[in-house]
Amino acid sequence: MTALLELERVEARYGQVRALRGITLEVGEGEIVAVLGANGAGKTTTLRAVSGTVRRSGTIKLAGRALSGGPEAAAKAGIAHVPEGRGTFSELSVTENLRLGAYTRRGKIDPDVERMSAWFPWLIERGDQQAGTLSGGEQQMLALARALMSRPRLLMLDEPSLGLAPLVVREIFRIVRELNEKEGLAVLVVEQDARIALAAAHRAYVLEVGEVAVTGTSADLRETESVRRSYLGY
Amino acid sequence: MANFFQQVVSGLASGGIYGALALALVLIHRATGVINFAQGEMATFSTYTLWTLTQNHGWSYWPALGATLAISFAGGFGVHQFVIRPVERGSVLRVVIVTIGLLLLLNGAMTWIWSGEVRSVHSPFPTRTIDIAGVAISIQDLGTIGVSIGVVILLGLFFRFTKIGLALRASATNPAEARLVGVRVPLMLGVGWGLATMLGAIAGALTAPTVFLDPNMMQAVLIYAFAAAVLGGIDSPVGAVVGGLLLGVGLNLLGTYVNFVGADLRLPAALTVILAVLLFRPAGLFGKRVVRRV
Repeated sequence: MTALLELERVEARYGQVRALRGITLEVGEGEIVAVLGANGAGKTTTLRAVSGTVRRSGTIKLAGRALSGGPEAAAKAGIAHVPEGRGTFSELSVTENLRLGAYTRRGKIDPDVERMSAWFPWLIERGDQQAGTLSGGEQQMLALARALMSRPRLLMLDEPSLGLAPLVVREIFRIVRELNEKEGLAVLVVEQDARIALAAAHRAYVLEVGEVAVTGTSADLRETESVRRSYLGY
Repeated sequence: MANFFQQVVSGLASGGIYGALALALVLIHRATGVINFAQGEMATFSTYTLWTLTQNHGWSYWPALGATLAISFAGGFGVHQFVIRPVERGSVLRVVIVTIGLLLLLNGAMTWIWSGEVRSVHSPFPTRTIDIAGVAISIQDLGTIGVSIGVVILLGLFFRFTKIGLALRASATNPAEARLVGVRVPLMLGVGWGLATMLGAIAGALTAPTVFLDPNMMQAVLIYAFAAAVLGGIDSPVGAVVGGLLLGVGLNLLGTYVNFVGADLRLPAALTVILAVLLFRPAGLFGKRVVRRV
């Protein structure tokens, strides 16, 4: 499998606090990779390092080309980052959120809006509704749709399950999985809920205090004693 | 009754100007989170530019106005990039103080460049009146109303239907998310400052023919614009315009029908509006109440 995203000894800090202490990680083309770990392990920071929303060192490559600069550059390179806490434009309408998703692209966006409405049928009907007035689950789906509007090479999801009902979470992961199977979308997902993440992902990395503690295929990790006890709870 | 209508129309005309400048304040407040105290001085500077082009360089009015708008846009953009951005990350107070400094600097610069002498600026509209249903209405007033409302509508369409307009709104409301979708936020905020300065230029060009051009020309107008923006809700573009029109008409009627107010008490009346709104309805007519999570 060819590597789409490569992180090599990536470090990041917030002031004095070292959040990442040299992370090496890879996402292949067409692969779903999960990042697991306790609070403060550096999961969110890993995504933020990739999209350039935190100052980082080390090398990050997308399809062999080094990524540098801020989030604008990452978006342009084809990375769609859905941050923790939805990341929609709450004061703008659903349609405007989708239009902004395609901001880095030229050309018509109508076919993409249509494509999104196939995945999220309610989006079109509620196109004029203010995003902030949607339910939590709908906002998460809108954030996902907004990210897909850019036709990303890599989708990064930060805690998509946060604060949502189990049924909604399952629906979101089903859509992600299907996008991956049908369209070969590569996904890097950070998740507290290890069970659902391992069910969706091909491979996973477990972070502990800013370093990769364990890595392997989802099936292997489910069998690993320490992962099972710490993150799956059985 | 004829007098009443005349007062309403002339109130709408001055209200349109207040609204345009109030809208400029609102645009900058949304983009940078501060009140730009230099807005009036920036508008006067633009008006001097228009005066120089028409008087000293012999340009005819409309090309000169076009050039003035372009220069104003560039000027506003430049002020944001070179004066505001370096202090933007600090406290709000720092930015406010910088805008006050800019006010003094521009005021001094205008006196230095153009001298404090009063100048007259021509109006693009004839000074005649026309007769509408038995009421003599000044064409100058009608033109002012038309231009200010037209500009506001154009701006609204720009914000709603263009990609840049949408990116501007996104940058103002959710800068972090805007960057994630690839919007260059600092650039967009600069465009916001540029547009606000253009609006100021229009307000200045509409004000100048009815008064005289001097470095302090827009100071009173800025107070009315503050009142209009506060009345409408400091974050609401529609509110700024409606607030401006209400204030213009209200002050005119007050001056006409309440004897002791007259022309001298217009400014205190506007300040009373600011005070009353802040006391009883801080969000203004159209504003959303800001709820801060603690």
